[in-house]
Amino acid sequence: MREEYKIIELQPERLVDTAMRLKRDLYRLVQICAVRIESGYELTYSFAKEYEFLNYRLVINEDVVVTSISGVFETAFLYENEMKDLFGVNIDLINLDYKGNLYRIEKPTPYKE
Amino acid sequence: MAKLKKSPWIIHYDGSSCNGCDIEVLACLTPLYDVERFGVINTGNPKHADILLITGGINAQNKKVVEQIYQQMPEPKVVVAVGICAYNGGIFKECYNILGGVDKVIPVDIYVPGCAARPESIIDGVVQAVDLLEMKQDYFEKNGISYNKAMKNKNESNKENES
Amino acid sequence: MGNRSIVPFGPQHPVLPEPIHLDLVVEDEKVVEAIPSIGFIHRGLEHIVKKKDFNDYVYVAERVCGICSFMHGMSYCEAVERVMDVDIPERAKYLRTIWCEMSRIHSHMLWLGLLADAFGFESLFYQCWRMREKILDMFEMSTGGRVIFSVNKVGGVLRDMDHEMLSNFIKQFDDMEKDIIELTNVFLEDYTVNTRLRDVGILTKEQGLELGVVGPMMRASGIAFDTRKLKYAAYEWIDVEPVVATEGDCYARTYVRIKEIFQAFDIIRQAVKQIPDGEIAIKAKGMPNGEAFVRVEQPRGEAIYYVKGNGTKFLDRFRVRTPTFANIPSLLETTKGAQLADVPILILTIDPCISCTER
Repeated sequence: MREEYKIIELQPERLVDTAMRLKRDLYRLVQICAVRIESGYELTYSFAKEYEFLNYRLVINEDVVVTSISGVFETAFLYENEMKDLFGVNIDLINLDYKGNLYRIEKPTPYKE
Repeated sequence: MAKLKKSPWIIHYDGSSCNGCDIEVLACLTPLYDVERFGVINTGNPKHADILLITGGINAQNKKVVEQIYQQMPEPKVVVAVGICAYNGGIFKECYNILGGVDKVIPVDIYVPGCAARPESIIDGVVQAVDLLEMKQDYFEKNGISYNKAMKNKNESNKENES
Repeated sequence: MGNRSIVPFGPQHPVLPEPIHLDLVVEDEKVVEAIPSIGFIHRGLEHIVKKKDFNDYVYVAERVCGICSFMHGMSYCEAVERVMDVDIPERAKYLRTIWCEMSRIHSHMLWLGLLADAFGFESLFYQCWRMREKILDMFEMSTGGRVIFSVNKVGGVLRDMDHEMLSNFIKQFDDMEKDIIELTNVFLEDYTVNTRLRDVGILTKEQGLELGVVGPMMRASGIAFDTRKLKYAAYEWIDVEPVVATEGDCYARTYVRIKEIFQAFDIIRQAVKQIPDGEIAIKAKGMPNGEAFVRVEQPRGEAIYYVKGNGTKFLDRFRVRTPTFANIPSLLETTKGAQLADVPILILTIDPCISCTER
């Protein structure tokens, strides 16, 4: 037997709303993961409350600007900086923006190819 | 003058290793393996140290740190690269952020094999390093120039002769 | 208001075997703010999943971190097995559970030692590491490696432990447990140790939820959550209850980890009692196509693995969110208002594993 979980599709403009609703319902942010796909990126925001595990999926084009949820979930800043640095996802309004200096790597956005 | 041999001090720096070699280096210092019986003491200060134990490969960010630690150490000094990652990047060789082994930035004297290196081989590396340290000290006393510097000069003049 | 200055902490610091760098903004002796900068061990190993066969990648996944190497390898395999819809033999699941719990004991003993070293109790550090060597001997006996084991593969495990070996281990655990009780009582009862740990770096339950802490740190703040209650390896047949403390200070974190050592012994005993005979691996046919999340409880807390395959032998994406990554924000929170001299202890009580964090 394996753990069950849901993956729910989400439009990028509904992201902050959803995050706020989850925050109100006392969910915690588990992780944010980016995957490079042909047309752009697939972002997965995972939340959990006790043993429940919820995933929201954003499928976006390369040039779409995603609003940061670090204003809602403070801890998101690390994940968002990571996506920005390694994948080149456009994320706006991160409350602590390292501007590409989270991992000081020689080649910018190595996962973007 | 065999004073140095009696109590070489070690500084350990974790390059970009997976921690495996690091905990083995620490394990060497603890009761079961106990390198302190050779007079070895682990120090945190590069200016106190004679031997630099370094694990893991070099990446863009720690390159400068490694160089700095090496330069701060007084002569004579010996560098021991622990584990296969410190030799050439090992399993992480293909990673985009690994520049290669430790010898890309500083001269390495002794390579300890293994992934992760076993405490026995690390101790063996340290014991060899102690002998080398002694040799470098003797060289300095005889010639009035540090061994590392002499080798560097020799390499440079060789290059000049070739060209 | 006193004088403000910035004290850089790390990357090369005597207390830590690993490089982490914090810029501490201090007002006289009091820390006002801490700004982390990570990336000293960033290798980019998630990226080479595109260059290595998914069966070979197990060995890279294991080297995410050398302390919980078994669990990284196992969780990667679980994720791939889930994508491929492979159900591994029950004996393999139990073996994985036993090795997992042995890793937990070794990791917690290691941490206790480092903590003792951080507050300057060197003989205690040595004692912890001396006892830890017994677990490493058992690992060597059963897998052949001391820190990197390479016993996992997609579809099961590579080595079996026979009945004789298992009962021998159980016997050794009984002896070890006695020693460890004596040792850990020093942490829990000694006056000097208590003064260093009690009421230092308090993280309340509310703060904990807000900052998304995981693992022993979360349980020390009174949140009863343990990913082992979820179904992975053989944990669905094993009785495990989260160890909880309510104070949320460094003492509570030490308490939780110490109790988890004994819990791990208990889990291994249960597993050895229940382990069935049979195969230890099956052949996984085909190529992974699809995606899967797996959550496991590492010694440091909940870790998430994500695998996405595209039907070829190279995976599209492997992602690991390690517990330390999730605990960094709470570390920053606890350092606020702490004294500069307490910072090493605060860093240690999240049990940082930098090589996990930066991959």
